[in-house]
Amino acid sequence: MACDAWREKLDAYVDGELAPSEANALSAHMRDCSACAAEALQRVQMKRALATAGKRYEPSAELRARVANSVSTKRRWKLRWQWLIVAVPALMVLVISILVNLSVQREKALGQRVYSELTDLHVAALASATPVDVLSTDRHTVKPWFEGKLPFTFNLPELQGSEFTLLGARVTYLEQTPGAHLIYQLRKHRISVFIFPEQSGQLAKLHSGPVSALSFNLESWTQNGLRYFVVGDVSADDIRALSKLLQNAG
Amino acid sequence: MEVPDQRLPAATFEDLALPLFDQLYNFAHWLTQDRVEAEDLVQETYVKALRGFASFQAGTNFRAWMFRILRNSFLTTKAGLKATVAYDEEKHEADASASVPTPEGILLEQGDREILQQALEELALPFREILLLCEVEEMSYQEIAETLGIPSGTVMSRLSRARKALRGLLQQKLRGERHGM
Repeated sequence: MACDAWREKLDAYVDGELAPSEANALSAHMRDCSACAAEALQRVQMKRALATAGKRYEPSAELRARVANSVSTKRRWKLRWQWLIVAVPALMVLVISILVNLSVQREKALGQRVYSELTDLHVAALASATPVDVLSTDRHTVKPWFEGKLPFTFNLPELQGSEFTLLGARVTYLEQTPGAHLIYQLRKHRISVFIFPEQSGQLAKLHSGPVSALSFNLESWTQNGLRYFVVGDVSADDIRALSKLLQNAG
Repeated sequence: MEVPDQRLPAATFEDLALPLFDQLYNFAHWLTQDRVEAEDLVQETYVKALRGFASFQAGTNFRAWMFRILRNSFLTTKAGLKATVAYDEEKHEADASASVPTPEGILLEQGDREILQQALEELALPFREILLLCEVEEMSYQEIAETLGIPSGTVMSRLSRARKALRGLLQQKLRGERHGM
């Protein structure tokens, strides 16, 4: 092999990357070829010089400490604490949303209970042999009848010009609170209107607005500290019409 | 933490990575040519490596892996991008062959260390880094290939060109200096 071809392999030779057979052959060649041997020596020298010259920069003690700290196990604990800073508020948001959700559900459950109790009262009154205690189509008779029976007063609407007729009234109870139960008639249907003092515990938490419970339509609102419920098997529109009349009467 | 290598049952990232600190810093400073940038680079390397340690492949070379992270981080910095863009392999090859050392070669003396460092500084990044990995880190061609993400064959040819280029630069400098004296 010519020297040029060997020179090509000198780098790999001095780097110790030549295959053993080739390295042996090159060693043999250099015993006879002083030029190639000198070239190899020069490259080895250069390697040594570079190995020394290349170790030029020393890190500062401060950086060493910083890096060591950033990868040490203790540091990772600190990192976990930092995670807590994120995790704790996230957890709080989660807990709060669960609580809110629960209270919304509890409210819903309360609503369901109250509505089913009211429909029960409504049905019970209609099924009763004596659905009303005061039988009168005259609001001026019905309203005074409640005096002394209930701890609150309310106004009843003028029904003239409407399709609704007042049939009568009775005292009823919801959640141990006495209230007024008025029965109105629309065509063949009877509609119950319940009036309770708003302050009575759970009722205050109820939402206002129309509700559909079982086959009954129901509308509820608060006015002058009183909670009104209108329940009946008529359409939601009819319920709303009666509600309007009551609301206007205040 | 997962132990990445069964042969190193007690080895944590800390145990493996911290002994490489001085070498990594030296290499980073050679790449960036700036102390502050080198410090940032080393720190970034450790943070990235720690984060990626779970994905470190057992049986592969840890040192090459660390150097590779450092180098890749450098290449995404402004200075790194500049160095990559400025590099033109063809042109440097031409430079290298244009300055083939004279037959008498270069005789490095004790006081030439600084000249050698200057020459290394001036060398294009791909040449500088491969010489540092080979001579200073004493990496095998295989390790260098892993670090640079190039085939082993390319390592050999690039090393040859890097050495030629360095010899050319050195000759110019030594000649200039000795003439000046």
